[in-house]
Amino acid sequence: MVARVPETARIPSALLPMRARVAHRRQGPDDVATLSLCPVDGRLAPFRPGQFNMLYAFGVGEIAISISGDPGNADSLLHTIRDVGAVSHALCQLQPGDMLGLRGPFGKPWPVDAQAGRDLLIVAGGLGLAPLRPAILQALAMPERFRSIILVVGARSPTDLLYPEQLRDWAGEPALALSVTVDRATPGWSGMVGVVTTRLARALDRCDPANVSALVCGPEVMMRHCCLALEDMGVPPDAQWISMERNMKCATGSCGHCQFGADFVCRDGPVFRWDRVAARLRIRGI
Amino acid sequence: MDVQSIPELLADHLILGRFDAGSIETLAGCARNFHFGAGELIQKEGAPAELVYVLRKGDVAIEISAAHISPTVVETVHGGDILGWGWLIPPYRTLFDARALTEVSCVGLDAACLRGKCDDDPMLGYQLFKYWLPHLAARFRAQRLQVADLYGGEGA
Ligand SMILES: Cc1cc2nc3c(=O)[nH]c(=O)nc-3n(C[C@H](O)[C@H](O)[C@H](O)COP(=O)(O)OP(=O)(O)OC[C@H]3O[C@@H](n4cnc5c(N)ncnc54)[C@H](O)[C@@H]3O)c2cc1C
Ligand code: FES
Repeated sequence: MVARVPETARIPSALLPMRARVAHRRQGPDDVATLSLCPVDGRLAPFRPGQFNMLYAFGVGEIAISISGDPGNADSLLHTIRDVGAVSHALCQLQPGDMLGLRGPFGKPWPVDAQAGRDLLIVAGGLGLAPLRPAILQALAMPERFRSIILVVGARSPTDLLYPEQLRDWAGEPALALSVTVDRATPGWSGMVGVVTTRLARALDRCDPANVSALVCGPEVMMRHCCLALEDMGVPPDAQWISMERNMKCATGSCGHCQFGADFVCRDGPVFRWDRVAARLRIRGI
Repeated sequence: MDVQSIPELLADHLILGRFDAGSIETLAGCARNFHFGAGELIQKEGAPAELVYVLRKGDVAIEISAAHISPTVVETVHGGDILGWGWLIPPYRTLFDARALTEVSCVGLDAACLRGKCDDDPMLGYQLFKYWLPHLAARFRAQRLQVADLYGGEGA
């Protein structure tokens, strides 16, 4: 006789990882690996730019990783992971053919659609380009809907730039005004040197700041300084969004691990409107 | 070909364009047009700071060089910026090498002439600082962030 699982003992599907296989793996820059995943237990729900998955390295643990693939291509399930600790290390070590667990997509997306008719400014610092890549691809799939699309990318050094081939392609993309800057030049680098904030005024020199919508992602200090600089330039605080990171467990708004003031980052974020979180970001330790 | 007069070029500039027409004429009395090709050295560290460059178009690398290592670019400045402040601080020496990364068009203001005009007309000097200082402060703020190594232990 087959035992029936009582209704109350069933694990909600959002908490149950599905298996996925690593189809391709790309190393670099440095301790960063980009995995292209292929679900084994059926198709995944479509994702929206800015959402994240919980990736489970079997026997090690589960962490939140943004989806960096093309939202227009249902098969493009890409994750870019920096090796910073136990779980991210285990994930970065996976090779094509290896299996991992996956949940999601979770979280609030970048509000790309809602910016139609405006100048869309996207500012990515370091690994922040990963969560923004789907938003950039979405905007570039319908460029006529925006007054302009401007991308400012910053990294520590030229070798730390994420997706270098993609950046080369985007440099030739007529619908996109791309500006790349590094904090530290290396020999042979003939591009811009300076933090991302130094590029903002020039990136917006043909825009009315009141008509600019900004999506900003990178380390918290960088996002804070970018949004403040944009505010100084006249970009309305309610037209700026950032993506937050906090340790996560359930990713469904049930456990409270990711609490950030009055919000749970997994449920109310990770994308937040700047004016909602600006004051909280000045409080140490929150 | 450039057909604009020097006062017109100054009036078009992000920082100097804030002066009234009379002050622009005064500043233009110290000014000459300059063009540099990509790779050309614009100023050399330690040399007398005889000119301050009002950048109109192009990108300039501020470099530090030392024996046995290739020059390190510490910052880039661009059309709309003002290049150089050694001209203002005795003994008026250029503080860093500056090299054109692209074709650069700029207006060079003779430093001694400019200091003289500011001494003669303190209101002109005060306005120059008022318009220039926010821009310098933004560059300092940016360099502090650069030193802080924003991406050091970053997450996305
Ligand atoms: C919504 C969301 C999206 C994310 N997207 C990505 C992504 O696309 N790519 C990616 O690589 N990471 C991303 N992260 C961060 C990732 O979840 C953490 O790096 C991960 O949880 C670290 O777990 P670990 O077990 O490897 O390291 P742990 O053992 O938890 O930590 C090891 C060390 O790393 C430090 N650390 C932990 N988290 C971070 C962090 N976020 N940034 C810097 N240092 C950290 C810890 O303080 C500790 O010193 C995202 C996080 C969230 C919340
Ligand atoms: S991770 Fe559990 S509430 Fe957000």
